[in-house]
Amino acid sequence: MADEVKLYGFPGSPYVSRVTTALNLKGIKYEFVAEDLSNKSADLLKYNPVHKKVPVLVHNGKPISESLVIVEYIDDAWKGVPILPQDTYEKAQARFWAKFIDDKCTPAIFKAITNHGEEQAVAEAQEQLQFLENELNVKGKKFFGGDNINLVDIAATFIAYWLGAAEEALGIKVLSKDKFPKITEWCGNYINCQVVKDDLVPREAIVAFFRKRFGNA
Amino acid sequence: MGNKSEIKLLGTAASPFANRVQFALNLKSMKYEYIEENLACKSELLIKSNPVHKKVPVLLHADKPPICESQIIVEYLDEIRPDLYQLLPSVSLDRANCRFWAAYIDNKFFPLYEELRQTLNKAGQEAIKEQMIEATQQLEEAFIKSSNGKTYFGGDQVGYLDVILGCFIRWTQHVDELNDFNKFDEVRILELAKWAKCIASHEALKSVTPGKETLESFFGLINIYRPPYK
Repeated sequence: MADEVKLYGFPGSPYVSRVTTALNLKGIKYEFVAEDLSNKSADLLKYNPVHKKVPVLVHNGKPISESLVIVEYIDDAWKGVPILPQDTYEKAQARFWAKFIDDKCTPAIFKAITNHGEEQAVAEAQEQLQFLENELNVKGKKFFGGDNINLVDIAATFIAYWLGAAEEALGIKVLSKDKFPKITEWCGNYINCQVVKDDLVPREAIVAFFRKRFGNA
Repeated sequence: MGNKSEIKLLGTAASPFANRVQFALNLKSMKYEYIEENLACKSELLIKSNPVHKKVPVLLHADKPPICESQIIVEYLDEIRPDLYQLLPSVSLDRANCRFWAAYIDNKFFPLYEELRQTLNKAGQEAIKEQMIEATQQLEEAFIKSSNGKTYFGGDQVGYLDVILGCFIRWTQHVDELNDFNKFDEVRILELAKWAKCIASHEALKSVTPGKETLESFFGLINIYRPPYK
């Protein structure tokens, strides 16, 4: 019986990007269902009644929501390229950093963006980014996952591509190259991975989004 | 797990997150050394072990570097000893369901309690209480689906979600009492109310649940360090 895999999302979402990267890593064929978030489909509301958000993965009719939960599910349900480390301890560490990115890092970066690069907000975002910079330094490899991307790299998708676009749109700087040489290099490496690149929307579109949403009138 | 000091847990008696890990360790009959932290004066060990968050709980396992974040610690314990009282289900989809609700509990449900504590104005409080009722109703539905007519989220046995949510029962009860509020208004949230009574009396959790004095003293501390402001 062939697997039926559908992904509900919209192409410019970093959270959806996490899932498409995971699906691509495993070589999974799927149908992408584009959602208009100002007019959500009945299916989306049925499959994610709790949050009513994208992404939602529907595997043989069963829905899974929340991007990191979906990524772990994909790793669980399909063999092939591993997304989480095999070692139990390393797995716990990967989950820790993925959670850190979601709970601390991204919200701080977002605050810097919505506050148009206000000094204190940028300083707080940079404080969080420093932990990731240190992590890459200690690892001494191309990716958080070592020679290949893993859960942590995927969790940091927003930083790799969306942050730069936001900085350009608003004329602010959070991820400066001199403060964050490792992360800067990592960004380039990450978005060059075929499994990531294949589904990225043009940068101009994201710049335009940030300009429209957060730019000064 | 023979040697007691092979596993050390940094925690604080009143912390539901620390209680969560203790609940899991007890269920799995894993011996551990418990180190009580004074959050008003954090030890060097805690700050060194959790430099990112400087929070409890932290698990120290043998000679490995520390593991932080209670959900992650519980999954880790389940993975190193799946033979001892398995908490997470074996089926991928069921595991995803557990992780989804665990995220909901920690990111949507419990933060409402901290918000309520920090909100002094009546209108704000009422709005939060409405959200708490809504969140509890979501959890009621999740419980009904997950338990399938049995006692726990995990069915006949305590499972992952019972551990993730169970550790909050005493804390949320305390906040409810302070606010003269009973979200488990049993007419509306019948099954979860039954479950809450049941899980609170489970020996593996009861033995680590803080008493009223401990909670009151801890709340006093939080009110100083993170005072109400809304």
